Order: sequence, then structure tokens, then C-alpha cells
Amino acid sequence: MTLITALLALGVLALLFGALLGYSAIRFKVESDPLVEQIDDILPQTQCGQCGYPGCRPYAEAIANGDDINKCPPGGEATIKKLAELMGVEAKPLNAAQEPAVKRVAFIREDECIGCTKCIQACPVDAILGASKLMHTVIAEECTGCDLCVEPCPVDCIDMIPIPVTPERWKWDLQAIPVKLVE
Amino acid sequence: MPSLFQQIQAGALWDFHGGVHPPVRKTQTSSKPIANLPLPDRLYLPVRQHIGVAGQLSITTGERVLKGQALTFADNSMVVPVHAPTSGTIIAITEHTSPHPSALPETVIVLEPDGADEWRPRQPLNIVSCDNQTILERIQDNGIAGMGGAGFPTHLKAGMSQPVDYLIINAVECEPYISADDALMQEAPTTIVKGIDILCKLLNPKAVLIGIEDDKPIAIAALKAACSQREHYYVREVPVKYPSGGEKQLIQLLTNKEVPAGRRPADIGIVMQNVGTAFAVAQAVLDDHPLISRIVTVTGETLVHPQNVHALIGTPVAALLDFCGFQAEQRQKVIMGGPMMGFTLPDLSVPVVKTTNCILAPTATELPDAGPELDCIRCSSCADACPATLLPQQLLWYSKAKDHDKLQEYNLADCIECGACAYVCPSEIPLVQYYRIAKADIREQQREALKAEQAKARFEARNARLEAEKQARLARNQQLAAAREQAQQQSGATNAVADALTRIKTKQAEHAAEKTREQILAEREQKKQQARDYQAQKAASAKQDEPTQGALSADDSSATKNAAVAAAIARAKAKKEQAALTADTATTNASDTEQPGNSEAIDPRQAAVAAAIARAKAKKEQAALTTDTATTNASDTEQPGNNEAIDPRQAAVAAAIARAKARKATAKLEGEE
Ligand code: SF4
Ligand code: SF4
Ligand code: SF4
Ligand code: SF4
Repeated sequence: MTLITALLALGVLALLFGALLGYSAIRFKVESDPLVEQIDDILPQTQCGQCGYPGCRPYAEAIANGDDINKCPPGGEATIKKLAELMGVEAKPLNAAQEPAVKRVAFIREDECIGCTKCIQACPVDAILGASKLMHTVIAEECTGCDLCVEPCPVDCIDMIPIPVTPERWKWDLQAIPVKLVE
Repeated sequence: MPSLFQQIQAGALWDFHGGVHPPVRKTQTSSKPIANLPLPDRLYLPVRQHIGVAGQLSITTGERVLKGQALTFADNSMVVPVHAPTSGTIIAITEHTSPHPSALPETVIVLEPDGADEWRPRQPLNIVSCDNQTILERIQDNGIAGMGGAGFPTHLKAGMSQPVDYLIINAVECEPYISADDALMQEAPTTIVKGIDILCKLLNPKAVLIGIEDDKPIAIAALKAACSQREHYYVREVPVKYPSGGEKQLIQLLTNKEVPAGRRPADIGIVMQNVGTAFAVAQAVLDDHPLISRIVTVTGETLVHPQNVHALIGTPVAALLDFCGFQAEQRQKVIMGGPMMGFTLPDLSVPVVKTTNCILAPTATELPDAGPELDCIRCSSCADACPATLLPQQLLWYSKAKDHDKLQEYNLADCIECGACAYVCPSEIPLVQYYRIAKADIREQQREALKAEQAKARFEARNARLEAEKQARLARNQQLAAAREQAQQQSGATNAVADALTRIKTKQAEHAAEKTREQILAEREQKKQQARDYQAQKAASAKQDEPTQGALSADDSSATKNAAVAAAIARAKAKKEQAALTADTATTNASDTEQPGNSEAIDPRQAAVAAAIARAKAKKEQAALTTDTATTNASDTEQPGNNEAIDPRQAAVAAAIARAKARKATAKLEGEE
């Protein structure tokens, strides 16, 4: 008899708590960013297409659908690590075919530019200024270094220049003060 | 319980967490008079010597400049100009090793002194009669930036709009070896106090606290004497401990206030200025003397005469060392700044700048190289020593792992890079270097994140723009198509083809009408001729051969009949022809009216093509038709009249002509078909 009472009591309790949990799962649902948004936020937004997709967002969608996380050269190791964390998968090295690039900006040799506007059409972030038959130039601050404008230029007057290191951007080297005070 | 202000007035001092006591080694230089350096051959003046942005160049290569002349000018408040330290010629504006641990090249103005030391005209200000704005402008224009080490533009700090409770003058000078401020206080206490007066006028604080380490008795005495007339100036002696000269540490020492993490002292009503800055402010405002020289401690055991020197900004370090009897050792290192926070110089052509307070050339036994780095033994000495109450060993761990989130969680940003932790570490781990690398990484990452955000925004804006343009184009096309259709409906025709056809028809009619008139004329002519011929023939045949006439007339009547039949056939054919044409047109019409419904986008093109085809067809047919119609018309108009009015002969001729024409037309039609 006691056994049955105990079982009944437990069963009722289980049902109760189950209902409570079920209710709160619906009532207090946590709104999270859609996965694609989160992935897109991690990607460097260079829009270079080196991942094989036409821009960062399409690649984010592809990752959300199960594509590899190691296809973004501008993002490099750091991005892969973050993606691995987000997706709960193993971080892998960057795709062998794609090596992490040095940060670069496009530079138009302005006296050679014929003003064909082809580069403007290619630039995914509108970082090129110019008008038809007039000289074009790159807004270096806005250029993501994606390379996309180099190919379309009919007179090959666009160079990709590595961003120079300035004292502000300089990363300390460990041996800068190799000294020790003695008493 | 006395209030904070009362406690401060009573001379209370507090303490801060941690700190270390390295050997100070200041006596070699602090008791000697400040020496004057001979004029160097070249002065290298970096255009940016402060925190902020470089000014715009106001001189060109080859120009002669006077002492104190501004070489750059300020176009915004983050700019502090640089000035010519002596008169001479600008011989180059070029890249030169920067006085920065990275030793990366920076833009410098190279000045060749001419030895005349000729001043530009100077206009000293009377601070009683001029307003704060003028004074602040003067401070900025004379290139004053914090001389304690960071080089923050002084006019920004002194022009603060927040109410200020305490102005703290930092004369602690806690780093070993350095005695430049000490020497300055011994030499020019009254000027310093005048500078403090100016800062007081600008900031209006409740009290001025001057913090000095208690190992500088002469400087303390000198300052106390100079301040004796000022009621709310308090000279406070703080015990020797490194880094009591740190901004947040000194605030805690003197006021027991803590600056919250990530905030500035101004947020709690405190402004701190270096004692050297106060001196420079006095010079700039009262003498119109820009910041063109400073006191530098040149010390270390490799020097015969370690001492403080007045060095012009831009003097190469080598000139200072040579002046003090530098005897380089093997693998000699020269440090700019003190042993705790300074950095080794890659070469000795690096110039003295506004923030350079010490050049240290130690022997290898004096400051040996750090030993090999060992593993952290978790002794927590570093945490005990950290004046910012951080956990250096945790920071080290996360710096090595590049875990930036954790670093932020452990307040890496609050690390003042004092080096106390590295100093006490038994494993000789260069902790500060790890933090500096991590900080640079974090800064870089933040920059990247910002850039990525911008790029994304621009990318999305561009996509939106392209999409909008596409939509606009589509809408315009649709609108045009609709307008065209409407116009057609208004004109009664359904479309271009119908239009073309009606045009063709009217043309045909016109053509036919013309032809008819011509033909009629021609035929009249012909008939007259025929009539004349006939008369002549008749006369002739009447004379010669009577019976032939009967045969001829019989022949004639059959010919008339034949002609009528032929004409009828021709008419019927022409009718058929026309029926076919209308049917054709109808189909074209039908297909045409269908097409716009099918796809509106391509409609105009298709319609145009269809119209062109239809036009071509219609033209061909027209050619055929014209002849046909003409014949029909001709026969139509002629025959009734002919039959009745004109004699059968004439009718026969006309019919023959009509027949011939009709035959031609049919032949043509058949050929076409
Ligand atoms: S300017 Fe060239 S390299 Fe720079 S973002 Fe545009 S397309 Fe890419
Ligand atoms: S593609 Fe080359 S030539 Fe054409 S506008 Fe751009 S830079 Fe000038
Ligand atoms: S360097 Fe940073 S972590 Fe080390 S003791 Fe100084 S403030 Fe603390
Ligand atoms: S002092 Fe050095 S060994 Fe000790 S806990 Fe800190 S980092 Fe580790």
C-alpha cells in the first residue's frame, strides 16, 4: 500500500514539475541571435569572396548549413577559433590552398587610370571614388584589401600595397627591455 | 570624523596596494647643477611628440627659421605643434628612427642650427588681464604636452569644463635613476609655482597638492619656500615606493580616492599635471617661450659625468652621451626612460623629445640582461606587488593563450605597465612585455572589428543601392510600356502592328487613287489613239474588205465577254487576296495583343520585332496588292462606263489590258505563294 502511495505521489510530482518546466520553456524563451547573424559577426566582412562565396554573409549561411569553417583567409586563425567555439566543432588549420594574407590596401596609380569605372563596379564596399573618364582613387580607410578591383582594371593600374606598420599599430616584441635591476 | 578635505589639510597620507622598492640610484645626478649642452650639428624634430595627431607642416625644406618659430600648426584640438629649438635652416623633412620602442621610422624635420640663436618676436601674456581661452590657446600654440611620460596635450587637461576639486602636481619621480624633475625643482621653484598659479586660474581647484618623494629634501624645501605665500598649496612628502608616481597611485596616496576602472581622474574631480609641465606652462604663458628644450637625466655607470642637462628638443641621444663622457662597453645598451618603464634604443641618432626624461647607459653589471624565462611557479609575488591590484599571473596565462575576453575580464586595461610584477617575479618572466603584446593585439582587434563593421555597413548599403537601382529601372520600363499601350489605345489601334497596317492601307488607297488617275489619263489617251486608229482602219477596210467586219465584230463581242470574265476573276482574286490579308492582320493582331500580356518586360522589343516583320510582309503584299487593286479599280471604274458608253471595241481593248494586268498580278501572286 505504502509503495503505491509513494509511486503515485512521485508520479504526480513528476507530472507537475514536467508541466512547470514545459510552461517556463515557452513562457521564458530566450531570444537568441539567429546563427547566421552570429557567424556573420565573426567573419571579417572583407567581402573578398576567397571563401568561394560572393561575400561574407553567404559564407555565414553556408557555415550555418554545415560548410567548413576554415575557408576565410583574411580572418585567419582567430576567426577559425571563434567559429569553432560558436559551432562547437574542432578548429582546423586554414584551408591549405588559402594562406592568410598580409593586410593590404588597394592603390590606384592615378596618372595611368583611364577612368573606365570598372573598378568601382567591382568594389564590394564602395571604397573607390571616381567618375567616367576621370581619375579614380581608393579611400584607403574604407578599403578592405579584398583584391576584387585589381582584375577588372583594363590598364592594370591598381596595386595592392601592404599596410605599413606605424608605431601605433606596432606589436611589442618581447625583448624590448631585457634588463634586470640588481640591488 | 573630519571630512576628506580636512584630513588632506591636516596632512594625511594614504597608501596604495603593492609597489616595490628598487634601488633608486639618483644621487649620482640629483646634487649636480644642470649643465648646458653645446649646440648639436643637427636637430631631428619628430612632427608628433605627444598623444594625438601630427600638425600640418608650416615650413618647407631650405627655409630659415628663427628660434621658437612654429614648424607645424594645429588644425584641431588634438594637435600640439613643434617649434624650432634654435635659429637655423630646415635641411630636410624626412623619415628617421622614432624615439619609440618599435624604432619605426617617423617623419622628422631636420634643422641645421646657424649658431645665432635668434629669437622670433615674443609677446608675453599678462595673466591677470586675459581670459582663460587666450591662455589655453597660448599653451597649445607653444606646444605644451605632458612631460611626465605620456605626452597628453596640456591644453585639453587644463581646459576641462568639469568642476575640479584637486589639482595634483606630480613631482614624485619614483623611477630609479631619474632626477630631472628634482633638478628642475631645485633650480626654478618660483617659475614652477607661477605655472601652478596659471593652472589654478584655468581650473579653479579647491586645493593644490604637490606630491614629492621624501628622498628629495632640497627640492621639497625649495618648493615649500616658493609656495609659502599660497594658502591652498600643500606640498606633500610621500614615502619612497615605486610606482607612487603613477597617476592613479598618487591620487590614492594623496586623496584616498580611487579612479574607477576605465574612467579618468577628471571624472572624480581631480586633474594631475607633471611638475615639468607646470614649468613649461609658466614659460609659455609668461615669456612666450615654447617647449623647445627640457631637462634630461643622462646617467649610468658608463658615463664619466652623469648629470642633468638642458637639452634642446631634437638633440640626438649620442650628443648627450658624448657630452657626459660616454665610454661604450661591448654590447652596450642605451635605455630611453628609466630602467622600469623605458626601452632600449636601436641606435643613438634617436632624438630627445618632449617626453624624454632620462637617457640611461648602464654597464652590464649594473643592469644585467634578464635571465632565461622560467615557468610561473604561482608564488603570487606579482599579485602582491601590483599597484593596480590585478592578478598578473592570470593575465600572463591568458596573454599567452591570447584569450582576449578573459584578459578584459581580468582588467588588463587597468595595467599601467609599471613593471613591478616583472621586477619581483622569481621566474624572471617579462610579464609587462606579454601585457604590452596582448594590449596591442586587443587594440588591433578592436580596430579590425570596427573596420569590419564599417565594411559590412558599406557592403550592405551598396547592395541596397544596387537593388534600389534595379527596382527603379524595372519600374521605369513598366511605366514606359504602360504609357505606350495607353497611347495606342487612345489612338484606336491596339498596337504598333495595327498602326502600321492602317498606315499601309491609307498609303495603298492613296497610291491606288493616284494610279487610277494616271491610268485614266493614259487610257483616255490610248482610247483616243485607238479611236483614231480605228477610224483610219475602218475607212481603209470599208474600202477594201467589207465581210471581215462581221467577223471582226463577232470576234469583238467574244472578246468583250472574255474580258468581263477575266475582270471578274481578277476581282475575285483580289477579294480573296484582301480577305487573306485581313485574316493575316487579324492573326498578327491577335498574337500581338497577346504578347504584352505574356511578358511585359520584353514587350516593347517583341512588339517592335513583330511590327517590323509585319511591316515587311505588308510591304511585299502591298506591292502585289497595289497592282491588283489598281487593276481591279481600273477595271471596276472603266468597265461599267465602257460597257455602256464606249463601243465594244474600246471595251475589248480595255478588257485586254485589264486581263494582261490581272494575269501579271496573278503570276506575281503565284510566284510569291
Ligand atoms: S578598393 Fe579594391 S581591394 Fe579595396 S575593398 Fe574595394 S575592391 Fe577591395
Ligand atoms: S579599372 Fe583601372 S582604369 Fe578603370 S577606372 Fe579603375 S583604376 Fe581607372
Ligand atoms: S605591470 Fe601591470 S600587472 Fe604588472 S604590476 Fe604593473 S600594473 Fe600590475
Ligand atoms: S611572480 Fe612570477 S612566478 Fe610568481 S606568480 Fe607571478 S608570474 Fe608566477
